[in-house]
Amino acid sequence: MGTVISIDLRDAHLHDGVLDEAFAWLRQVEQRFSPFIADSDISRLGRGEWTLEQCHPDVAVVLSLCEDLRQATNGVFNAWGWRADGRVDPSGLVKGWAGEHVAEMLERAGAANFCINAGGDVIVRGAPEPGRAWRIGIRHPIHAAAQAAVLETHQLAVATSGGYERGDHIIDARGGAPSRSLLSLTVAGPSLTLADAYATAGFAMGMAGVEWIAAQPGYEPYAVTAEGRVRYSDGFGVLLAKEEREVSATMESALPRRR
Amino acid sequence: MIPTRAAVAIVTTAIAVVLLFSFKTPAQARPRTPAADISQGTAVPSPSPGDSSAPSPTPSPSSGFKDGIYTGQDVLTQFGDVQVKVTISGGQITDVQPLQMPFDRPRSAEITQFAGPRLHDEVLQAQSAQIDVLSGATYTSDAYAQSVQAALDHAHG
Repeated sequence: MGTVISIDLRDAHLHDGVLDEAFAWLRQVEQRFSPFIADSDISRLGRGEWTLEQCHPDVAVVLSLCEDLRQATNGVFNAWGWRADGRVDPSGLVKGWAGEHVAEMLERAGAANFCINAGGDVIVRGAPEPGRAWRIGIRHPIHAAAQAAVLETHQLAVATSGGYERGDHIIDARGGAPSRSLLSLTVAGPSLTLADAYATAGFAMGMAGVEWIAAQPGYEPYAVTAEGRVRYSDGFGVLLAKEEREVSATMESALPRRR
Repeated sequence: MIPTRAAVAIVTTAIAVVLLFSFKTPAQARPRTPAADISQGTAVPSPSPGDSSAPSPTPSPSSGFKDGIYTGQDVLTQFGDVQVKVTISGGQITDVQPLQMPFDRPRSAEITQFAGPRLHDEVLQAQSAQIDVLSGATYTSDAYAQSVQAALDHAHG
């Protein structure tokens, strides 16, 4: 199963070598971290053929981040605890981490205006064109062609976890039961690595995950509940597109019905 | 009222798309017709230099793509159909829009009442506003890339 990664670079002065470099690095990431490539570093590590020291240094970096998150989420996010075969699998973190790393590569090369979409994990910088902000849609969890909300921002990372695309693929590593109280959970914040991991862990926590994310400094939750309502933090509300905030205020007063 | 998105002309934009990462999923997407040549982990399209069949990610008329709007192959997944429309302008991919994406049904669930002082509670809306990027679409990526590839095959004429 592949993940589509797109880079939308708006700095016309930059050479395409910047993008070539980014995609070349992403292919290396796949070769190191894919559990479906038999000779990937993570597969060799899982089979006990290689030690962590024999793997590429990025593997230790990612696994260290996984351990930080395992502690921060009280074991809900556990790269060592969710596979049936007991092997370590940091897939829940790699996508966001890779997207964030590519953003740093682009910035080092002088890029100031771009959008990276790593399989639904989004990071934006600058502006798509002079005079307006990036508009990030949050996928509607029931109607895939529609959005549940739209954000306007010049610098943000946004990750969404949901049960709608891969079935109940996100499980609470502590109990193994799939999350069912939320249809989707979006997390916005400065780091795509953390936004991605928080969305994964928060979704597995269910309703309590919304509050947990709201308590993480700098990170804002937007949740769609199983009953078709949305809950979001003050901080997320500030990021909503202006016309949407007006619509929301109108709808809230005019249509207080439940699905 | 927000206008729905039409074809967008973005002259200075470079959009490159690759297939990457192998993540655990319940099923593979199955193409309804013989698929474009896509193997796991293969770039679609490959941005590697020197490959005249791949679109260059910078404005260059030598990408081999003819300007126009191309409809990709309809790819069946277990969740429904995936089909995209690709816009080529100046030899570049300037836009990829979904024509069909799978719908899913909400699951019944146990509802936990929850009241946080900093949290707002509203009725879920469905909207189709003009956006630059979408957060949260992951599963259909394989099918998406296949449909993009098929559209690009048409663009080569």
